[in-house]
Amino acid sequence: MMFIVYLTVVALIGIGLYAIIFKRNLIKIVIGVSLVECAANLFLVSLGYKEGGVAPIFTMAPHENMVLPTPQALTLTSIVIGVAVTALMLSFAMNYYKSYGTLDATKGRLKG
Amino acid sequence: MIFEHAPALIIAFPLLTSFAVPILNRFGEKFRNFFVLLSLLFSLFFVLTLAPQVYSHGVIVYTFGSTSPGITLPSGYSMPIRITFTIDGMSIFMAFIASIVSISGLIYSWGFLKKERVGMDKFYSLLLLMSVGMYGMIFTGDLFNMFVFLEILSIASCALIAFWVHKGETSEAAFKYMVVSSIAALFMLIAVGIFYGQYNALNIAAIASMINYNLLDKIALSLLIVGLAMKAGAVPMHMWVPDAYGQAPAPITMMLVAASQASLYALFRTCFTLFGLRLDVAMVGWIIIILGILSMFVGVTMAIPQKDIKKLMAYHSVSQTGYMLLGVGVGLAVMNDPIAFQTYGMKAMEGSIFHIINYALYKGLLFLTAGAIFYKLKTRNLDEMGGIAHNMPLTTLFFIIGALAIAGIPPLNGFASKFLIYESVYRFNPLLSIIAMVVSVLTLASFVKVFHSAFMGPKMKKNVREAPRAMLLGMAIIAILIIIFSLFPAMVVRTIVDPAVIALANQGNYISAVMGGI
Repeated sequence: MMFIVYLTVVALIGIGLYAIIFKRNLIKIVIGVSLVECAANLFLVSLGYKEGGVAPIFTMAPHENMVLPTPQALTLTSIVIGVAVTALMLSFAMNYYKSYGTLDATKGRLKG
Repeated sequence: MIFEHAPALIIAFPLLTSFAVPILNRFGEKFRNFFVLLSLLFSLFFVLTLAPQVYSHGVIVYTFGSTSPGITLPSGYSMPIRITFTIDGMSIFMAFIASIVSISGLIYSWGFLKKERVGMDKFYSLLLLMSVGMYGMIFTGDLFNMFVFLEILSIASCALIAFWVHKGETSEAAFKYMVVSSIAALFMLIAVGIFYGQYNALNIAAIASMINYNLLDKIALSLLIVGLAMKAGAVPMHMWVPDAYGQAPAPITMMLVAASQASLYALFRTCFTLFGLRLDVAMVGWIIIILGILSMFVGVTMAIPQKDIKKLMAYHSVSQTGYMLLGVGVGLAVMNDPIAFQTYGMKAMEGSIFHIINYALYKGLLFLTAGAIFYKLKTRNLDEMGGIAHNMPLTTLFFIIGALAIAGIPPLNGFASKFLIYESVYRFNPLLSIIAMVVSVLTLASFVKVFHSAFMGPKMKKNVREAPRAMLLGMAIIAILIIIFSLFPAMVVRTIVDPAVIALANQGNYISAVMGGI
């Protein structure tokens, strides 16, 4: 069961990196970064998964087999950061389009 | 009393001020600038009070919300679960760099961006967030926290690279940097997940005490090295450096230099503190050495033909990062051989860590002089410059100081650290040392070119005057520090560099400082 999840994580990272490296459209690159980020979040959340576990809230809950809340907390933090990163990257892409009239990364004027 | 909380306050002052800047802005420009400077001066003050404690007591562990990292745990289970700041000689050394660079960058921006009408409140907010990110990365004792601060640092710096949004190029450069840094940060997050899945810990010291260097740890290590070397701008992943450094406003370029150093710090922390001697030191050491040599050589050869003054300097940053990687790599490679480590490994690390602060200073100064030229001449192209020495004598003086330091000409600080590296690396492998010297000569050559084409020659037709006073003050702070470092290199090495090297080399101290308190 967990094997499938980890396989999905690796596949998502692979697809994301492929999009970042080989795609020319800036929006597709942003999608690639988001995919890698989803993979990282899925990985973190799946680390905290426990079969039949309950949420770690002490009032009124049976005291055995609780899930450790740390991975969920980490994932939440990382999702929030991810939203900021995606928004910022999309706004850069917008500015790029405004001044160059295209979203093609190969049409850039900076030749690193 | 209040000094007990110095590690938290160093971060708290700039962080709170950063979000207060839009309100402070309502009360006028002077008022806002004063408060922004005040918050950074407070941070510097607390760094300075923290330093003697670190040097006399060794590692300081600051736990948020408690007196000891594991105080509320059920009995029989000892693990630092709270967020901690772990400050040793290396952290405090990097904190000096972060505070000096932030303060002089801020003062310089007062002059440099005087004519900007909009967005200055956001500029100062983000500038403070950048210094928060640097301090956080440097002080934290927790891997996930390091990821969060890395992201704060990269988001703030990307937004600042694109400060002149009406130009498309800035957005392009910022986009590149954002892709690189978010990938680096996500690699780091995945590595954190791997460690957490195996050891149930996020604290660096706790992981370091349990780590056993199996296959999963090797994957995590390679993710960390790739990600952090990418953010530090080492060669195969250096393509963002010239664009981002070239397009950012000059004070931000200087802060970016320090930000790259923070990533370098995280890389060293990973290799030395997290893995330490459990690592296959010879192999990882050689990987870092090869990254260093490639960065040195490719950086400098790409720099020579450049015509854009900031781009040229940016390629030199790549090349200078190589020196630090080289020295530290040599130190790491001989770490499990005590005799070799004592005779030259230590010296090599000393040299490259001394080079970190020297580099941050002289590179910062050079970028600021380039900014001053851009401010007055509105061009970065070397072909359109000439005879600036007639018009801007002080800027010329600062440029000469920076250029001689980066080329490693004897009395200046660049020579002191480079010489330590040559001397010790020669005993490890003579070829590496020779490459380092050749690169140094090429560096001198390209700065002679810049000096000749920008500063020498007949007086320009345009009536250009000296840069504004705030900019000169920002440059002067750094130039004076460079001169102090050049006059007393032995003293600097003894007081601040040696504790940093010992802190890196001595993994046991770090672990026992955190784990011992439980």
